[in-house]
Amino acid sequence: MQREPESAAIEIRDLTVVRGGDEVLHGLTLQIAPGRITGLLGPSGCGKTTLMRAIVGVQVVAAGEVRVLGAEAGSAPLRRRVGYVTQAPSVYGDLTVRENLEYFSKVLAVPERRIDEVLEAVSLEARAGQIVESLSGGQRARVSLATALLNSPDLLILDEPTVGLDPVLREELWARFHELTERGTTLLVSSHVMDEASRCDALLLMREGEILRQGTPAELRRDTGEEDIGGAFLALVAAAESGEAPTGRGDDR
Amino acid sequence: MSARGSIATARRVLRQLRRDPRTIALLLLVPVALITLLKFVFDGQPQTFQRIGAPLVGLFPFTTMFLITSITMLRERTTGTLERLMSMPIAKFDLLLGYGVAFALVASVQAALTASVAYAALDLETAGPAWGVIALAIANALLGMSLGLFVSAFARTEFQVIQFMPAFIFPQLLLCGLFVDRDLMAPALDAASYALPLTYAFDALERVTAGEAFGGALALDVAVVAGVIAVSLALGAMTLRRRTP
Repeated sequence: MQREPESAAIEIRDLTVVRGGDEVLHGLTLQIAPGRITGLLGPSGCGKTTLMRAIVGVQVVAAGEVRVLGAEAGSAPLRRRVGYVTQAPSVYGDLTVRENLEYFSKVLAVPERRIDEVLEAVSLEARAGQIVESLSGGQRARVSLATALLNSPDLLILDEPTVGLDPVLREELWARFHELTERGTTLLVSSHVMDEASRCDALLLMREGEILRQGTPAELRRDTGEEDIGGAFLALVAAAESGEAPTGRGDDR
Repeated sequence: MSARGSIATARRVLRQLRRDPRTIALLLLVPVALITLLKFVFDGQPQTFQRIGAPLVGLFPFTTMFLITSITMLRERTTGTLERLMSMPIAKFDLLLGYGVAFALVASVQAALTASVAYAALDLETAGPAWGVIALAIANALLGMSLGLFVSAFARTEFQVIQFMPAFIFPQLLLCGLFVDRDLMAPALDAASYALPLTYAFDALERVTAGEAFGGALALDVAVVAGVIAVSLALGAMTLRRRTP
C-alpha cells in the first residue's frame, strides 16, 4: 500500500530543520498522497507548523529534500499552485474583507469573479464590506482561508484552520475540504485536536520533531486496538517510550 | 516584473492609509504647523526663515516617509502578510515599487500643501521655483522610504523602529548643514557629512532655492540621492526573504 514516489503530492527525504539553535525536525522522511486530506496531528510544539512551512518553502531548511508537486518546495512555479493558511490570519486588518481579496486576486492574477466564489466557499458573503479587524477571530481565519482559495491551488496547506470555530462552521468547512479533494486538490491540515482525525483520509502523527506513525485512521485504530485516534496516539507514544517499536511503517527516523 | 503587482500594491497601501484619517491629518498638517512655528520662532531674524524654510519643506517628507515605511514594513513582517506575499507570484521589486508609488503620491501632496502655505501665507521667498522644491521633496520621500524599508529589517518591535529615528535621522539632520554651515563644524564632522545621504539632499534643496540651474553640483547631488535610493532599495529587497529561519 506504499505509494509510488512519482504519484506523491509531497515527498520529503531526511528533512532536518534547526530553529533558534535547536533541531526541531530530525530527518523526516515521508510522502503525502495526492487528492486526499492528510491530517497532521500532534501536540503543540511538536513541529507541525515547521514541517508545513518547509513544504510551502518559506522555512530555511538545514538538510534534506522537500519536493512538492514534482518541483522543489518554494520554487517559483509552485507559487501559483500552493496555497498556505497560517495559524494566525495573515490578512490586512485595516482593509475590508473584499479589499483584501481584491488585492490578493490581483497579485495572483485571478479573475475578479473568484472573489465572490471564495466568499461563498467560506460563508462570508454577508461580511464582504466589513473591516477585517472588526470581525471575530473565526471570521478572520476564514478571510485568510478565502485568500488561499483564490487561485484554486493544487495543494492547500492549512495550519489549524478550525481553531475558534463553532461546531456548525467546523462541519461546513470540513465538507468544503472534502469537496476540494473531489476536484483533485491535495490538502494537508494540521490540528492538535485528535477528534478531527477521523475526518481525514490519511494521518501523520507527529511528536517531538519526528513522525510517530503514518496511516489511515482505520489502520491506526486497528493496529493499536484503540477506539479513537487520541487513544491510538497515546498508545503509540507509550510504545515508543518503552523502546518497543510500534508496528508497521512510518516509524521514520 | 509586472505592473499588475505594483499597481495593486500601491492601491492597497493607499486604501490602508485612507482608513486612518488621523494619520492622514497628521501627515498633512504637522509639516504645515511646524513651518508656521518656524516662521514665528525666527520672528526677529527673518533671513534665517528665508534661508532654511524652503529646504525644510523639502526635508519633511524624508522623515515622515522613513517612519511610515519602517512601521508599515514591520507590520507586514509581524502580521504574516509579507510571508503570504512571498509565497505568491509577486516579484520583490514590484512590491517595493508599489510602496514607492503610493508614498511618492502622499509625499507630493504633503510637500505641495506645505510649500503652498509657506509661499502664500508665510511670505517665503526663494530665487528658485517652488516646483523644484516639491520635486526634490518627492525624491527625499523616496530616500526616506528606501532607508526605512532597509532598517525595518533590523527591528523586532515598533518601539525599536521609533528609536531608529533619533539613531539614523537626527544625526543626518544635524550634520547636513541645515542648522549650521558644514564649513563651521569640527573638521571631522564636516568630513563625516560627506558620507550621509541627507547632506546631498539638503545641498540640492539649497541650490534649487538659490535659483541655481540644473547641472554641475546640483546634478551631482541629485545623482547621489538617486544612487542611495537605488542601493538601499536593493538592500531592502534583500531583506525581504522568501525563506525565513
